[in-house]
Amino acid sequence: MGYNNQSVRVGADIGGTFTDVVLEHGSDLYTTKVLTNNSNPEQAIIDGLYKVTQIAGVGIEHVDQFIHGTTLATNSLIERRGADTAFITTSGFRDVIEMRTEGRFEQYDLNLSLPPPLISREHRYVVDGRIAASGRELVPLDEAGLLEIASRIKAGGYHSVAIGFIHSYVNAAHERRAREIITAEIADISISISSEVSPQMREFERFNTVCANAFIKPLMASYLRRLVDRFHAEGGNCPVFMMHSGGGLISVDSAIEFPVRLLESGPAGGAIYAADFAAGYGLDKVLSYDMGGTTAKICMIEDRMPKTARTFEVARTYRFKKGSGMPVSIPVIEMVEIGAGGGSLGWVDEMNQIRVGPESAGSEPGPACYGRGGENPAVTDADLLLGRIDAERFAGGDIRLDSGNAESAMHRAIGRRLGMDNEVAAIGICEVVDENMANAARVHAVENGKELADFTMIAYGGAAPLHASRLCEKLDIDRLIIPPGAGVGSAIGFLRAPFGFEAVRGAFLRLSEFDADWTNGLIAELDAEAQRFAQAGAADLALVREIKAYMRYQGQGWEIVVMLPNRKFIDGDAAEMRRLFEAEYERLFGRALVGLDIEIMTWSVQVRSELAEKEPVTPVGVEKPRYSDERRRIYDAREQRFVDAAVFQRDALNPGDLICGPAVVIESETSTIVTNRYQAVLQNDGCLLLRLKGKFHD
Amino acid sequence: MTEGLSNVHMQVMWNRLIAVVEEQALTLVRTAFSTSVREAGDVSAGVFDREGLMIAQAVTGTPGHVNAMAAAVRNFIEEIGEDKVFEGDSYVTNDPWKGTGHLHDFTFVNPSFRNGRLVGYFACTAHVVDVGGRGFGPDASEIYEEGILIPIMKFAERGVVDLSLINIIRNNVREAEQVIGDLYSLSSCNDTGHQRLMDMMDEFAIDDLQALRDFIFENSLGATLEHLKALPPGSYRNELTVDGYDGPVTMKLRLDVSGETVLADFDGSSGLSSKGINVPLIYTTAYTCYALKCALAPQIPNNHASLSPFRVTAPKNCILNAVHPAPVAIRHVLGQFLPDVVFGALHKMIPGMVPAEGSSALWIIQLGASPIDGGQPADGETLRSSQILMFNSGGSGARPKLDGLSATAFPSGVHTMSSEITEHTGPITIWRKELREGSGGAGAQRGGLGQVIEISANPGHRIYINAMFDRCQHPARGRDGGRPGAPGCVQLDDGSELSSKGRQTIPAERRLVLNLPGGGGYGDPANRERALMEQDIAREYISGQQASDDYNYQP
Repeated sequence: MGYNNQSVRVGADIGGTFTDVVLEHGSDLYTTKVLTNNSNPEQAIIDGLYKVTQIAGVGIEHVDQFIHGTTLATNSLIERRGADTAFITTSGFRDVIEMRTEGRFEQYDLNLSLPPPLISREHRYVVDGRIAASGRELVPLDEAGLLEIASRIKAGGYHSVAIGFIHSYVNAAHERRAREIITAEIADISISISSEVSPQMREFERFNTVCANAFIKPLMASYLRRLVDRFHAEGGNCPVFMMHSGGGLISVDSAIEFPVRLLESGPAGGAIYAADFAAGYGLDKVLSYDMGGTTAKICMIEDRMPKTARTFEVARTYRFKKGSGMPVSIPVIEMVEIGAGGGSLGWVDEMNQIRVGPESAGSEPGPACYGRGGENPAVTDADLLLGRIDAERFAGGDIRLDSGNAESAMHRAIGRRLGMDNEVAAIGICEVVDENMANAARVHAVENGKELADFTMIAYGGAAPLHASRLCEKLDIDRLIIPPGAGVGSAIGFLRAPFGFEAVRGAFLRLSEFDADWTNGLIAELDAEAQRFAQAGAADLALVREIKAYMRYQGQGWEIVVMLPNRKFIDGDAAEMRRLFEAEYERLFGRALVGLDIEIMTWSVQVRSELAEKEPVTPVGVEKPRYSDERRRIYDAREQRFVDAAVFQRDALNPGDLICGPAVVIESETSTIVTNRYQAVLQNDGCLLLRLKGKFHD
Repeated sequence: MTEGLSNVHMQVMWNRLIAVVEEQALTLVRTAFSTSVREAGDVSAGVFDREGLMIAQAVTGTPGHVNAMAAAVRNFIEEIGEDKVFEGDSYVTNDPWKGTGHLHDFTFVNPSFRNGRLVGYFACTAHVVDVGGRGFGPDASEIYEEGILIPIMKFAERGVVDLSLINIIRNNVREAEQVIGDLYSLSSCNDTGHQRLMDMMDEFAIDDLQALRDFIFENSLGATLEHLKALPPGSYRNELTVDGYDGPVTMKLRLDVSGETVLADFDGSSGLSSKGINVPLIYTTAYTCYALKCALAPQIPNNHASLSPFRVTAPKNCILNAVHPAPVAIRHVLGQFLPDVVFGALHKMIPGMVPAEGSSALWIIQLGASPIDGGQPADGETLRSSQILMFNSGGSGARPKLDGLSATAFPSGVHTMSSEITEHTGPITIWRKELREGSGGAGAQRGGLGQVIEISANPGHRIYINAMFDRCQHPARGRDGGRPGAPGCVQLDDGSELSSKGRQTIPAERRLVLNLPGGGGYGDPANRERALMEQDIAREYISGQQASDDYNYQP
């Protein structure tokens, strides 16, 4: 296939407002945006596909590879719109997903509501049968009891069933047998079992994950099948692959079986997009920063790989607060998400302090300056009043911004209450939101034992270029890259993702009782599982493998992740594992301890296709200073004064053009602010590279 | 304009200070060996000015450190002596009356110097695994039996750690490596806080904290007084009796509310217990202030100024103001009832604001497991001894407009542990851990449900329990016509009763069964909405029988 002897690849990302479709033909990239179609999501993709193939001058039949990521799975959990689902669990543990951690995520709110369980109590059934922590069967599975439950499920009209038993990560026999029995009784019912969906220790997280999978499975299955059928009906004749939460690609069939793996696939694409630029610039430490309308997301990328975690939280119900959502235990690109976007609203608290977010004006009514009825000042309003956005040229002139509305909203909500003029109130909003993001980034760095000063930031998303250079100042970061066309970053990222899968399993091992055969057996099983998924798309590609263990000193409750050697283990390896653990522990916490046993709680094997060699971006040769007569007064927060900034159009710049801050570089979707501390050079691939003045002489 | 801008910068720095101390607390939680630190967030961290007044404190899982820490740092400055405070120093104590109420909490204070000048202090506290003595429990008769007491002293001087001190501690505690590890973590997390503060002071080009402190204090005090001004002045009383250890304990409160202060006085409360459930005043103050702040000014961060309108007194050597050498190891049990005491008085001041009483005191299960002589383990398992600790919560009280929270900790912020993980920790099987049907107090708003837990020893092992459970004789009371929650009870699976106090061995063939109390109801049960009744019955939160008996509900 392909066209003119060059391959044709398509990435499609369904977001809340827009569906982005990008097409890559050889080294040329074509992009389009269409409105998301909530009742028929696949229709928007097909529409976008027609548009983008037309622009590129190729046919749908020429497409060699079609990669998709979507927020539909996440939205269905947030909106609790899913299948009628029954949950079958071990006798004595009916309420695990309702009792949660037994804690409160907010200490001072007497009227706190906890998020209700995904599957409420009347739909949770218990059956006798029990596995011990060692994997031994304590009580045989009550098959007669299961038959009875099957008849109640049939009568209850459920469309999906989740099965989660205690200790099934170590012995899955009861869960598998239960599935057989239910399947035999009720043909065609969708069943998810926890030992396959998420074989990790900790029943609350595992049960919640299998329930989430079951809840969204019928919906996602029917959507994905419709999409594939439509794609083929329209002439497409290549397979469709899905972006998963961990930043790799899996087949549509795997996605249908484990739709929970599709959660957060859009943001994962964004991180891969940033990782690809990191590779082009030969950067091994990158902080990606994505700021959209309602949230900002931050991710650490080292050696081209975004940092991953084995569990995360979706659908937070309380001001993005940790603990207020549903835990999901699957490998995921780890993002810090905070309620800070262009639409986040500024307000004044009872201590007379300016706060920003997490409430957001969203896209409707939007910030006050959109003139669509927004009455409260948003971050975008503050940016406008500070001269950072051009009212005439916002979104390429599509939306004309109304400064008058921004002024009156700012005065009503903040200026009047604090006796500040609007300009100062706007400065307050920007400084507070920038500080919120900087704090989130700092905490994330501390948690991972990293120094952000060594990192380069890559910023994308509509609002990021406006705030990125100030954020870099706060984080003491010297270099900042603003890629071109960052509005469709996630979809482009899909095209850069490897085929890959991470298999994670809970299995308890004390290093003092280290057993090489047992370990090798476990790794082999995980390896086989990961290979099966990875090879669905990469049968003929070279695969690389990583083995990780989640370890802690006996007595601790927090595990740190340790990279293990990629080889067979031998009997003396306990000492090597101790050494690796202690080195990592010391790096994170400053000091290893003596005389304590070490435990491994969880194991992970990741298999992925080797990342394509990335051609380095050719450095620009001679840099040419550019000047502009168009000037604008902008506020420089670090210097605590207004400065006279030069204004440039990004599409009028040429590679090698050098701009000294303070400056504003305008493009159709957003503007890049170059503060006085930085200078910017347009690169050969269209990126703007900001660097600390005087620091780099290359 | 300039004044407005400086206001903005002050705000940003205030945010940053809170972020710095939160970061400090988080690091402690991750490295700590003590279960109560990692599951309950039993830590605290704060930053103080040169005089030892608290400027910002982390919000952590336990209210027990609210303003206990605020008071502690001034004790340190006094005992060390201002002229002996050097750059690179680190100070330590676990004195219950100078720190946070029992020996298991170690508090560290480090001075923060900038360009050779003292600008303030960082302090942090964490619960450690062991302090020697009898081990964690109520059974001591004097503090001397509860473990080693380190008076306020230098842990390090000018960066050099006092190895004699380390050696003494190492030889007086169980799990010495874990304890010493935690002590180093505490000291170094103060250093981290200092480093972050210096970064901030560089960024904003300031050389001391005085102006920022004044800004924080002024705004916090102003906002707190706004709330107090709105309260009807007067004296409001309440009393609460709970099971106690060696007999019922009554806590008696008089709350004097004026436009500017709230004084809580516990005169008339029971005398000292012979066992370690006694509470030092510093801890009584912490839980009392927490309850007052929750109800009256929940949004205002804790600092010297925002806490200053709240005062707590109690007569010397009543159970809420135990002095040296009274045993105080498990002072948290009564401490956790103090919000119920305070809420009862507040309800008389402003009805419709606070919840009904709840289960309140955590049910902390402490089990000892050991092999039986000649016992055989099951296939693939080994014989071993271990100590097992589990935090569990009953139901919280119904709120004026909302049901109580089922099996959820209040006022403590603890989390429970995963049963699967606990079964890896010790040779036991947890057979049941689920909601206790019918245990929520009836009311227009229902009390939260308690839970039922069943545990047995694995083959070849025996277990004993150190029981310290409350609300078995004195269930959580309802409010405004709401009924009490179900009392707790401790049993074996054959129905025989165990005592809710003290060490008891569980026969090898039996399961221990714990029924945790429910929360009290709020308002007349007959007024509960029909839709909620239908839902409660469908979910088996209550039975049909209970619906007709307690709620007068007919389907």
